Amino acid sequence: MTVLVWAEHNGISLKKSTRQTISAAQAWNEPVHVLVVGHQVSAVAQDAATLAGVAEVIQVDAPHLAHVLAEDLAACLVEIGKDYQVILANHAPYARNALARAAALLDVGMVSDVIHIEAPAIYTHPVFAGSILETVVNTDAIQILTVRGSAFSETAPAPVAHKITERNAPKPQGLSRWIREDVHASDRPELTSARVVVAGGRALGEQFNTLLQPLAGKLGAAIGASRSAVDAGLAANDIQVGQTGIVIAPDLYIAIGISGAIQHVAGIKDSKVIVAINNDPDAPIFQIADYGLVGDLFTLVPELVAGITGATSH
Amino acid sequence: MKILVALKRVPDYSVPARITPDGSDIEANKIAINPFDEIAVEAALRLSTPQRPAEIVVVSIGNLASQEVLRHALAMGADRAIRVETENSLEPLDVAKVLKAVAGWEQPDLWLLGKQAVGADAGQTGQMLAGLLGIGQATFVSALEWQGNELIARREVEGGTETLALKLPALVTTDLQLNTPRYIKLPNLIAAKRKPIETLTLAELGITPRQRIQRIKLENAPARTAGIKVSSVPELLEKLRTDAKVLS
Ligand SMILES: Cc1cc2nc3c(=O)[nH]c(=O)nc-3n(C[C@H](O)[C@H](O)[C@H](O)COP(=O)(O)OP(=O)(O)OC[C@H]3O[C@@H](n4cnc5c(N)ncnc54)[C@H](O)[C@@H]3O)c2cc1C
Repeated sequence: MTVLVWAEHNGISLKKSTRQTISAAQAWNEPVHVLVVGHQVSAVAQDAATLAGVAEVIQVDAPHLAHVLAEDLAACLVEIGKDYQVILANHAPYARNALARAAALLDVGMVSDVIHIEAPAIYTHPVFAGSILETVVNTDAIQILTVRGSAFSETAPAPVAHKITERNAPKPQGLSRWIREDVHASDRPELTSARVVVAGGRALGEQFNTLLQPLAGKLGAAIGASRSAVDAGLAANDIQVGQTGIVIAPDLYIAIGISGAIQHVAGIKDSKVIVAINNDPDAPIFQIADYGLVGDLFTLVPELVAGITGATSH
Repeated sequence: MKILVALKRVPDYSVPARITPDGSDIEANKIAINPFDEIAVEAALRLSTPQRPAEIVVVSIGNLASQEVLRHALAMGADRAIRVETENSLEPLDVAKVLKAVAGWEQPDLWLLGKQAVGADAGQTGQMLAGLLGIGQATFVSALEWQGNELIARREVEGGTETLALKLPALVTTDLQLNTPRYIKLPNLIAAKRKPIETLTLAELGITPRQRIQRIKLENAPARTAGIKVSSVPELLEKLRTDAKVLS
């Protein structure tokens, strides 16, 4: 029995969430293979081959996989994954897109957003915006799941490199066509893996960026937003934190002018320390914040920026 | 052109979910149309233009109570509805199999589904259906328009967006950003009562659902408790440095 992890990468190395997924895959106590799909991704395969807990790396390299489409990735997962008993990946857009398609093609069910693997085939995952945890057993012969990377520790580097096997890509499916991507270039850490996140709500108005950027800069933090802030056009959709946005678990989360709706809290409640700044002492965010500061954000945030001297500690 | 939209009846997201006293289930709250599905209906209505008129058919799987969400979509402007009768709640793969069977009857050019259903939050059904039908898919879509005979879909991905072109037949799942569903006017609600709702059975569609994923237990997620209120920025920074040790 072997376990297959689909690796998410940036063309050079694995994402942190994939290293966390490799840790999650150890729950089966079976060899773990890492599937690297893309075009000219030898560096990624090398990176995967030097991680602890990896027995072998499978590299599928072809020009049409440069910007991988769900149909093509699912075809790879079916072709290669059919020889495995477990297929998993981090619960993020590309994996969610392709794994469910592959599951249907393999005629098996799938469990999404697993935060705990109690035993092989027994999983706990959040439902109802994270307010309830459901534990299920999947009775299918091939187990397909996505895991919430932040719920698992990162796997460590390995002393020796493991074997890399190249496999041919299934032919292009040709059902959709990639046109372009618009990724917001930023020198800030990635929201999903940042140690510190500062997030703003609708209350910041036009000053969303002018207030948050200096603070994020000083803290080495990523910037997040509530859905209302996104809806108001203050922030891009891809930095929306919450049930329908990104779920994060940083060491420090600072919610600024965010009321703390359940859908927002679903995305932050695994943060180690939550700080809330809000002028309404009864805002729900204070019910979950470790440190609450009641007052006007327009004066408190600049004060905070001025007060931070050193960097964040590890 | 024919567009099929799949609808799910879900607990109202504004009412907190509660585990039943015996711990086996989640209390059925006030029930509403899945907000993502409502956006899918709106998207279908907007894709239907005088140059490219579409018949919009909405489908829901469930007992008689599901008629309510179908009526809602009909009042928004969908042309007709299909309800596939079952008392049980089906897993995503079985839902996809039922919808595939419906596609066999209806032969749609385009499927629109919500990207996930409130409650289960799994977000699998659309991708599974596209896979079973062997058609192209665009999930988590926040912008959608025709360009010639292709559908241009902008998808929300980590750190930005990705834009795809889809040949028909195709399937799209909708993000909350895609649109704001229209308000239903009373006359439309009344008119919707006259629109047809056809009922099919799982047997007629040749589907025998199978439970693959069984619930073992439900528990409340560990709640965070309120911490302390600090009175000033210096006090906050002091706590973050010395107590929480997240700042140096
Ligand atoms: C299906 C569904 C999914 C959703 N998913 C998400 C999600 O993923 N993420 C998400 O965030 N939301 C989500 N929402 C929306 C959510 O319900 C809330 O509407 C949203 O989080 C509120 O954003 P907000 O806190 O910025 O705005 P508001 O609720 O308007 O709160 C603004 C806050 O700012 C405070 N404030 C105002 N002025 C000041 C000032 N000068 N100084 C200090 N404080 C001030 C106010 O006291 C208030 O608490 C979802 C909703 C639905 C229906």
